[in-house]
Amino acid sequence: MKTPHSTQTLPTSLGRRRFLQATAATGGGLMINFSWLGAALAARSDADSLPDKLFSLNAYIHIASSGTITAMVPNPEFGQNLMTSMPMILAEELDADWQSVVAEQAPYDPALYERQFSGGSQSIRRAWSGLRMAGAAARHMLMQAAAGSWNVPMASLTTHQGIVKHAASGKQATYGELASLAATLPVPENVAVKSVDDFSLIGSAKKNLVGREIVTGKPLFGMDTQVDGMLIAMIVHAPAFGQTLVSADTDAIKAMPGIRDAFVFDALEPDYTKNYFDVTAFPTMVAIVGDSTWQVMKAKKALNAKWKTFDGYEETIDRFGSPAVIKVPGGLENTSDHKQAMADVLSGKREGLRELRRDGDPEAAFANAARVVESTYYAPYLAHNTMEPMNFFADATGEVVNVSGPLQGPIFIRQTLAERLNISPDNINIDMKRMGGGFGRRAYSHYLVEAAVISKKVNKPVKLIYTREDDMTMGIYRPTYSVKLRAALNEQNELTAYQVSGVGVPEHCVHEHRFPAGAIDNYLAEGAEIDSNITVGAFRAPRSNFMAMAEQAFLDEVAEAMGQDPIDLRLSLLKRAQQNPVGSNNDYDAARYAGVLQQVRETSGWDNLPATSKKGVAAYYCHNSYAAHVVTLDAEDQRNPKIDNVFSVLDCGIVVNTEGAVNMVEGAVIDGIGNAMYGEMTFTDGKPDKQNFDRYRMIRMNEIPKNISVSFVQSDTEPTGLGEPPFPPIFPALANALYQGTGKRLYEQPFAPQIAKG
Amino acid sequence: MPRYTLSVNQISHQVDVDADTPLLWVLRDELGLVGTKFGCGVAMCGACTVHVNGSAMRSCQLPVSAVGENAITTIEGLSENGEHPVQKAWLEHDVAQCGYCQSGQIMSAAALLAQNPNPDDKAIEASMSGNICRCATYYRIKAAIKSASIDVVNV
Repeated sequence: MKTPHSTQTLPTSLGRRRFLQATAATGGGLMINFSWLGAALAARSDADSLPDKLFSLNAYIHIASSGTITAMVPNPEFGQNLMTSMPMILAEELDADWQSVVAEQAPYDPALYERQFSGGSQSIRRAWSGLRMAGAAARHMLMQAAAGSWNVPMASLTTHQGIVKHAASGKQATYGELASLAATLPVPENVAVKSVDDFSLIGSAKKNLVGREIVTGKPLFGMDTQVDGMLIAMIVHAPAFGQTLVSADTDAIKAMPGIRDAFVFDALEPDYTKNYFDVTAFPTMVAIVGDSTWQVMKAKKALNAKWKTFDGYEETIDRFGSPAVIKVPGGLENTSDHKQAMADVLSGKREGLRELRRDGDPEAAFANAARVVESTYYAPYLAHNTMEPMNFFADATGEVVNVSGPLQGPIFIRQTLAERLNISPDNINIDMKRMGGGFGRRAYSHYLVEAAVISKKVNKPVKLIYTREDDMTMGIYRPTYSVKLRAALNEQNELTAYQVSGVGVPEHCVHEHRFPAGAIDNYLAEGAEIDSNITVGAFRAPRSNFMAMAEQAFLDEVAEAMGQDPIDLRLSLLKRAQQNPVGSNNDYDAARYAGVLQQVRETSGWDNLPATSKKGVAAYYCHNSYAAHVVTLDAEDQRNPKIDNVFSVLDCGIVVNTEGAVNMVEGAVIDGIGNAMYGEMTFTDGKPDKQNFDRYRMIRMNEIPKNISVSFVQSDTEPTGLGEPPFPPIFPALANALYQGTGKRLYEQPFAPQIAKG
Repeated sequence: MPRYTLSVNQISHQVDVDADTPLLWVLRDELGLVGTKFGCGVAMCGACTVHVNGSAMRSCQLPVSAVGENAITTIEGLSENGEHPVQKAWLEHDVAQCGYCQSGQIMSAAALLAQNPNPDDKAIEASMSGNICRCATYYRIKAAIKSASIDVVNV
């Protein structure tokens, strides 16, 4: 629903500190946590060093005399298409001609930009206000330049498509013509941003600004970096989790053709206190450095190294300022052990479950139930498998260390590298390359540190390259999880109690305040962790990527037990949560949640699908957005059902670029189907059983749905996340449809082997 | 080290590399043609796809000593400025997300259309299922191939 908007005025005088950590509310209620003014001033001090015809209006917008507008994109790009959507926001407020806009990845520079991190589906959400202000402020300065030149009041000027006009006199000037003067003007103390109703670029479909470079094979990626005098480096890490290096015959390797050096090194020093993103299971490795990739690869295969099993230990991790003690057990772990340990926790044989939330009296409700529905769901580890294996360029030969490559969070790693090299963070330059995929994996950029340590040791610039096998066996996986769910139904067939018990290695996936918390009088959530030496990390929609499956597949079972339509059941629970919520910490907006279900009911024609069309539905809330999917199948061949249609509805607030957004949802749908059907990493004696794509099955073109149709809830709410929210609920939507088609409830991933059995 | 003369994108190059060096690494390390990507090294992902006499091949499994006088085409040589019908269709359908696999996808698709200008879904799937896209842009890849096939047919 549209509500009337007035033009918002955003104060720029929030503070003269370059970092503005405080948030401020404007008259319009807009929360701002961004100091573009600081950024603008900092950027302008560099103006002299810019090419003489390129003018910096602030850190985000440079305008050339020719009229070309360079939009600096602060957050790293990994396919979420910030290189188009962020320029769209800037250009919208600037009133630029889109044809004149080019995108450039900004360097990592905390003095100029805030939160240079891509992850958590937060880039657009968190940069929204700042980008708008940067665009509006630049427009203001261009208008001011025109007003001064023409000696007319600014209020008498208008802008359109990169031109400032004075209607009364008929005068006009392009932004390119005004840029040199505008860049000398003071940064305005207040800027007005547009009313949402006046957006013309935002909400339209724009093609990827980097599309042409991609389809012509330009060197956009870290893997493509080539620098004169650069050597190629590779690492060899322990073959199994729980092992560490005893010795390596590096002398034999050094004698091989094209090899310059081979040595044992510590990526992180043993006494170093890791921060949250400094995850690595293999701090001690062997480095091999040589002239060409193939020579180093051959040497890597020839390396003779001895490994041993280490003893368990404790380490302290700095979790954003608060220390956390982590237990790293010794020993070689097996997938079968993980499964057994999780089953033992959920059956009460093994201790560990902690209460996370309680409403009402769940024990009494279950004791008095006419029927109890109970199921346990299981998810395996997953490897991220970005198409571009981990790699980084480093030149640590001088006082200033330059590193360049693919990473999601330069803000997390610069300090780590500074401590490792014992230099000031100010002497480290991080250049962010377009990532060949991220999915959470590249938030953990240990490989940057490894590259720099190797470069320093050999005193040459190096490009560190992981092979696919290195990448897939390095850890930082999506954890393995199990979730037990129980629902109590009374004599009147009403849902009276709900219990969710989650366990995982080494973290559980329960979000205790999310739906259906708030919709059921008697509710219990509990969670448990099992220590492990196999490392894990964020994977597209962490925890949600399995909680959605367990919860939404279970609700399908509950709806069946109650004899209710699965959408009706969800809507009735959401109605309760909206009208008379249980508890006060509920972490979702029941109306928006219901909104995506109602819309997908319409777009899919849910109520009128033919009986031959086997259908499943699921919805989920995460990363501040709401997603619902309906999957329809042709299951005539029950061992080989075909996905006909996926109908997706997203409520992520204002959609900036509809083209990129639809692409993102289509990709999330297929990615989710692939991981649900085929995704799995298993371990035997600590060793990953899959090391390359010959055994690790990825979804391929012949396995995708025939049709995917994506729609968005019309919204004037500020943008929220999109990269992650459509991913979790596709797993259960598919599982629920497969149940309709095959009669088989899918309690474990991957689904494909169970379906193939018939 | 033996010397090899290779025809890549209609230009003759001499390289001194070990006989077992995969064409992929000759292209990337020796000739600086980095549009051809390293994904798996075992011919399971298709990121390294090039044309050998017009047919799609995985360059990570093709030793330089086996190339001989066969004509190699990489993404850099597919067209002058990205105006090959497949490249144009990729832009029209805004296919790419991260983009890393797309050189290989485009090379596979271009080889398919050169051989079969009007492929049906089955033929497209058969030719393209060797190329993994981790961002899972397959839906758009398929649509782009279909519209490129119309352009190829109409040329």
